[in-house]
Amino acid sequence: MPPAPPVAPTTVARPASTVRVLSRLLTWARPAVPRVVLGGCTALGASLLALAMPQVLRVLINGPLLTDGSRRGVVLGALVVLVVGVVEAVLVWCRRALILTPGTGVEREMRTSLFRHLLDLPVAFHDRWSGGQLLSRAMSDLGTIRRWMVFGLVMLVVSATTVVVGTGLMLATAWQLGLVYLVGAVPMVWLSFRFRTGYKDVARRARDQAGDLATTVEESVHGIRVLKAFGRGDDALDDFVRQADELRETEIDKARTLSRVSFALGALPEAVLAVALAVGVTLAARGELSVGALVAFFATAAVVNGPVERLGMLLAMTLDARAATDRYLQVMDTVSTVSDPPVPRPLPPPGPRGARLELDGVRFGHPGRGAAAVGATDGPDVLAGVDLVVEPGETVALVGLTGSGKTTLLQLVPRLYDVTAGAVRVDGVDVRDLTRADLRRAVAIAFEDPILFSASVRENVLLGVDGDTDGDAADDLLAQALDVAQAGFVHDLPQGVDTVIGEEGLSLSGGQRQRVALARAIAVRPRVLLLDDPLSALDVTTEAAVTARLRRVLTGTTTLVVAHRPSTVALADRVAVLEDGRITGVGTHSDLLAHHPHYRFVLTAMQVEDHRLDDALHGTKVPR
Amino acid sequence: MSAGPHGAPAVGASRDPDVPPGTGVSSRDVRRRSFALLRSLLRPVARPAWATVALVVGSQVAAVSGPALVAYGIDHALPALADGDPGPLAVVAGTYLVVAVLGGALVAATVRASARVAQAILLDLRRRVFRHTQRLSLEFHERYTSGRIISRQTSDVDALRELLDGGVTTLASGVLAMVLTAASLAVLDWRSGLVLLVAVVPGVVLTRWFQRRSQAQYRLNRTAAARVIVRFVETMTGIRAVQAFRREPRVQAAYDALAEEYRETNAGSIRINGVLDSGLVLIGNVTVAAVLLVGGLRALDGDLAVGVLAAAVLYARRFFNPLAQIGMFYNSFQSATAALEKVAALLAEEPTVPDPVRPVRLPDARADVRFDGVEFGYGDGPTVLHRLDLHVPAGQSVALVGATGAGKSTVAKLLARFYDVRAGRVTIDGVDVRDVDPVDLRRAVVMVTQEAYLFSGSVAANIALGRPGATRGEVEAAARAVGVHDLVLSLPDGYDTEVDKRGVRLSAGQRQLVSFARAFLADPALLILDEATSSLDVPGEVQVQEGLRTLLADRTAVVIAHRLSTVMGADRVLVVDAGRVVEDGSPADLVAAGGRFAALHADWQRSLDRA
Repeated sequence: MPPAPPVAPTTVARPASTVRVLSRLLTWARPAVPRVVLGGCTALGASLLALAMPQVLRVLINGPLLTDGSRRGVVLGALVVLVVGVVEAVLVWCRRALILTPGTGVEREMRTSLFRHLLDLPVAFHDRWSGGQLLSRAMSDLGTIRRWMVFGLVMLVVSATTVVVGTGLMLATAWQLGLVYLVGAVPMVWLSFRFRTGYKDVARRARDQAGDLATTVEESVHGIRVLKAFGRGDDALDDFVRQADELRETEIDKARTLSRVSFALGALPEAVLAVALAVGVTLAARGELSVGALVAFFATAAVVNGPVERLGMLLAMTLDARAATDRYLQVMDTVSTVSDPPVPRPLPPPGPRGARLELDGVRFGHPGRGAAAVGATDGPDVLAGVDLVVEPGETVALVGLTGSGKTTLLQLVPRLYDVTAGAVRVDGVDVRDLTRADLRRAVAIAFEDPILFSASVRENVLLGVDGDTDGDAADDLLAQALDVAQAGFVHDLPQGVDTVIGEEGLSLSGGQRQRVALARAIAVRPRVLLLDDPLSALDVTTEAAVTARLRRVLTGTTTLVVAHRPSTVALADRVAVLEDGRITGVGTHSDLLAHHPHYRFVLTAMQVEDHRLDDALHGTKVPR
Repeated sequence: MSAGPHGAPAVGASRDPDVPPGTGVSSRDVRRRSFALLRSLLRPVARPAWATVALVVGSQVAAVSGPALVAYGIDHALPALADGDPGPLAVVAGTYLVVAVLGGALVAATVRASARVAQAILLDLRRRVFRHTQRLSLEFHERYTSGRIISRQTSDVDALRELLDGGVTTLASGVLAMVLTAASLAVLDWRSGLVLLVAVVPGVVLTRWFQRRSQAQYRLNRTAAARVIVRFVETMTGIRAVQAFRREPRVQAAYDALAEEYRETNAGSIRINGVLDSGLVLIGNVTVAAVLLVGGLRALDGDLAVGVLAAAVLYARRFFNPLAQIGMFYNSFQSATAALEKVAALLAEEPTVPDPVRPVRLPDARADVRFDGVEFGYGDGPTVLHRLDLHVPAGQSVALVGATGAGKSTVAKLLARFYDVRAGRVTIDGVDVRDVDPVDLRRAVVMVTQEAYLFSGSVAANIALGRPGATRGEVEAAARAVGVHDLVLSLPDGYDTEVDKRGVRLSAGQRQLVSFARAFLADPALLILDEATSSLDVPGEVQVQEGLRTLLADRTAVVIAHRLSTVMGADRVLVVDAGRVVEDGSPADLVAAGGRFAALHADWQRSLDRA
C-alpha cells in the first residue's frame, strides 16, 4: 500500500490569535457560558478554601481554643474545620455538576453541527477529504476541545488568578522581594510566548498526522480484500508503522517543546526565590525587613509557585485545543458550493410521461486540489460543452469510452456536482434554481457502485421514498421495485425484506447489490431516472429479464442510462455518443452503427471478437 | 458471484459484538484480558518507565527541599549574617539556586521521558492491532464492521493515551507524597496516624463503588463511541447515496441520537468521577477534623504537645492533597482499561484461516489445482458446496458459469484461501493450501475481484501493490499490457497522479483496469478473476482479453464472468448449480451438447442480436 500523503488540504496560514480562534467556540458554547462562569467561581472558591484551611487550623490551634482548656472549645474547633471541609467538598461537587455536564452538551452540539455541515457539503468536498481526517475531527478533536473547556480553561483562570493575587500579596508583604519576583516573571512570560509559537505548529502537525493515520486504518479495512488477494498485509503494516512512527516522533517533538517551557517554569520561579532569599535575609539582617514579613513572603511564594509550574501544562492544553479548534473550523468554514438558491423556483407540475431533461452547453472540470475558487480546475474539462435533450418519457442511452465522463454527467443532474458552465434543466427549470430537496425528489439515480446501508432491504429500497408515504403504498412501491429489478431473491433471505443487509448484516453478491440499488432508484418513481450501467454485474439471463421489465416501466419516466454493452443499449429509444467531452452523435443504435465510427468502435469491438469466438465454436482452435 | 445469503447474522443488540461467538466470556475475564494486555504493553518499556518514576522522585525531592532551604536560611543564615558571617547565606542561596535548576531539569526530563514511554506503548499497541486486523480472515471482516475496527484503532487507543500522558507522573508523585507524609506523621505521633488509618475504610468503600460503577459506565462509553464512529464512517462512505436520496434529515436524526447517547455516557462517567472526587475531599476533611478533635482532647489531658498537634493536623491535611490527582489517574485508568477490553477482544479473535504450523514452501508453483471432496458453508450457515471434486491441470484456464448464488465465487475464495473448507481439501501442486507457506501462497495465487479498491497515493503506487519494489518500467509495462498506459499518461501528473479518496476520480472501468495491471505485475502461477471485467467497456475488455491471452498462455486461471465473451476464451467451462458442477467441457463441446451452457449461449446471442 502506498504511503498515504497528508490528505487534508492545507489551509492558508492565517495569523489569527489563539484567543480569537478559541473565542469562536462561543458559537456553540454560548448556552453553557453562565454555568461555566459559575463553575469557575466555585472552583475558585474551592481553591481559596483549600488555601484558607491551613490558616484556619493555625488560628484554631494557636488561638484561645486550646489555651482556655475547655472540651467545648476543642469540639467547636473541630466542628468549624468539619464545616469548612464539607463546604469545600460540596463546592468541588458543584464545580463538576456545573461545568462538566454542560461541557458534554457543547461537545455534542459541535459534533452534530459538524455532521450536519458534512451532509450539506457537496460530493466534491468529500472527494477531496479523507474519511480519517473528518473522523478525527468529529471524535478526537472535539474531545480535546471539551476537556479544555471544562478543565483547562477553568484551571487556567483559577491558576492565573492565584498567581496574580499571590504576587499582589507578595508585593504587599515585602515590596522589595515582590519586585524581584516580578523581574523574574519577565523571562517566564517571554519564554511562554516563544513556546506558544513553536508548540502550536507541532500540535497541529500531530493532529493532522493522527487524522492521516486514521485514514490509513480506514483504507486498510475497506481495501482488506485487495490486500488479502495480493498478500500485501505485511506491506500495509510496514507503511502503517512508518506513519505511526512519524506520529510518535511528532508527539515526542511536542514533549520536547513542552519540556523546555517546563524547565523554565520549574526552574525560574525557584531560582528567583533563591535570589529573593539572599536579598531578603540581607534586608532582614540590615533591619529593613521584618522576619515576619520574610516568612509570610515565602509562605505565599510556596503557594504561588505551584500554579506557575502548572501554567506550562495548561498552556500546552490550550494550544492543543486551539489546534483542534482550527481543524474543526477548517471544515465548518468551508462554504458549500452546491447550495440551495436564495429564492428557489418550484418545479412545474409533473407531466404524464416524465420530465424534459435538457443539458445546455454543459462544461465540467474537477476542481483543483486545495483551490477553493469556483471554476478553478485541474487539467482539461471532463465535459466540454454537452448539448443533449431527453424528451419526456424517452429513454436515452449514453455511450462512451471508460473515463469519458458519463458517470460525471449523470451526477450533474441531481447536483451531486455542479456544472462549471452551461446549465442542466429539468422541465425547463435550471437545477440550480430548485431546492436540492425538490430536485432530488424528482430525480433518482442508480449508481454503478451500489451503496447499501446497514439497514433492512425494505429501508434500503425505500431510501428515497418520502417518509409520509403510508404503509400499504410503501409496500406496493417496494414490491414493484423489487419485481422490476428482478430482486426476488430478497424474499428468500432469512427475514425476507426485513433482513438487515449492508456492513452490519448479510453480505450480498455484486449482482444482488446492484439489483437492490436499481430497485431503490425505481421505487422513488422519479420524473427523471438516471441509471449508471445498472446491469453490469448481472448475468445474461437476469439482464434480459430486467431489461424486459424496465422497458415496460420506463415509458412514464424520462431515463438517461449509461451503457457499456449492446444489451443495455437495447433499453433505449435513442443513443447519445459522448466523445472528448461532447455529444458527437445522437440517433438509433443502427443509425449510429452505420454512420458513427467512434460508436462502432466503442460498442462493436466485442462483436468482432464474438464472431471470432463463434468461428472457434465451429471447430477452429481458439487463439490464445 | 458469491453464494448469495451468507455471512454472519445481523449483529444487533442481542449479542455483544465484541465477544467472540461461542465463548462464554465473563465480565471478570474481560477485565483480566484487558490487564494482561496492559501488562504486555508495559513489559518492553519497564526500564524507561522505572527511570521516569526515578525522575519523578528526584523532582519531588527537589520540590520539597525548597521550603526546607528557606527555613534553614531564615533560622540559621539570618542570625549568622546578623553576626557578620555571610557564609551560610551564600551557601544556602547557592544551594537553592542549584536545586532550582536541577528541579527544573528533572521536571523537563520527566516530561520527555514519560512522552517517550507513552508513545512507545501507543506505537506498539497500534502496530499490534493493525497487524492482527490484517491477519484476521475475511469471515471476521464480514462480521465486524469497518467502523468498529476504526474505532478500536482510533478512539480506544486515544483513551489509553490519556492515561499515559499524565498518568505515570501523577501516580508516582501522588503516591510518593502520601507515603512521605504518612511516614512523617507516624514518626511524629503514631496515634494520629491511627486516625488516618480509620479514614482508609470509607476510602476503600468509595473506591470500590467507583470501580464498579465506572467500569460499567466506561464500557457503555466505549460502545457508544464506537456506534457514533460506525455511523459516521458509513454515512461519509455513502455520502452520494445519502444526498441523492435526500436522506440527510433521517441520517442526521439517527446520528444525533447516537451523539446524545455518547454524551450521556460521557456525562455519566464524569458524574461518577465527581462523586469520587468530592467524596475523597470530604473523607480527607472529615479526617482532618477528627485528628483535630482527638488530638485536641489529648492535648487537653496533656498527652500531646500543642506544637505536635499543629504539625499532626497539617500533615493529615497534606496527606489528602494528592488524592484528587490520584482520583483523576484512577478515572483515566478505568477509561483506558474499558478501551483496552475492546482492543483485547479484537486481539483475541483467532483467524479462522490460521497460518500453518509447519509451512510447506512452494517457491516455483506450477499451480496444478485439485478439489478433493470439498464441502463448504459460510460460518455456521448451510452447506454451499457439496463434495466438490475437481482437477485443473497446470496451465489450463477454466471458466465458472452459473446463476447468482450457485457457488462460483465460493470456489474462487477457497482457492485463494480466503476461507477454509469444512471437509475434504484443496491442493495446489499436491500440497494442501492450508499447509502452504502464506507468503508463497500469495505469490502463487492472486485474485482480482469486481471491487477495484484504490488506496490513496499515486497511480504507480497502486499498480505496484501487485509487486512492491517493482521498477517504474515494470509498472508501465503492466499498465501497457492491460491498455491503461495511455490513460494514465493523460492524467495531470501521469503515473504520479494522486488518486483521490477511494479513487473516485477514476471511473469504475478505469479502476478495474488498474487492478488488472496489479495482477499483471504480480505475475502469479494461478490467476483468479472474479467478475473482474464487469465495468469495462467493450474496447477496454478487448484490450484486457488481448493482455490475458499473453498472461494466461502458460498459466492456470479460474475465471468467473457473466459475459460469455470472456468465458468463450477459456479452455474449459464448468457450469455450477447449487454448489455442484453440472456441466464440464470445452466451450464448443458444451454448446454442441445442448445443455444449460448452450441455453446461456443462446440467450447471449439473442442479447447481441437485439441490440
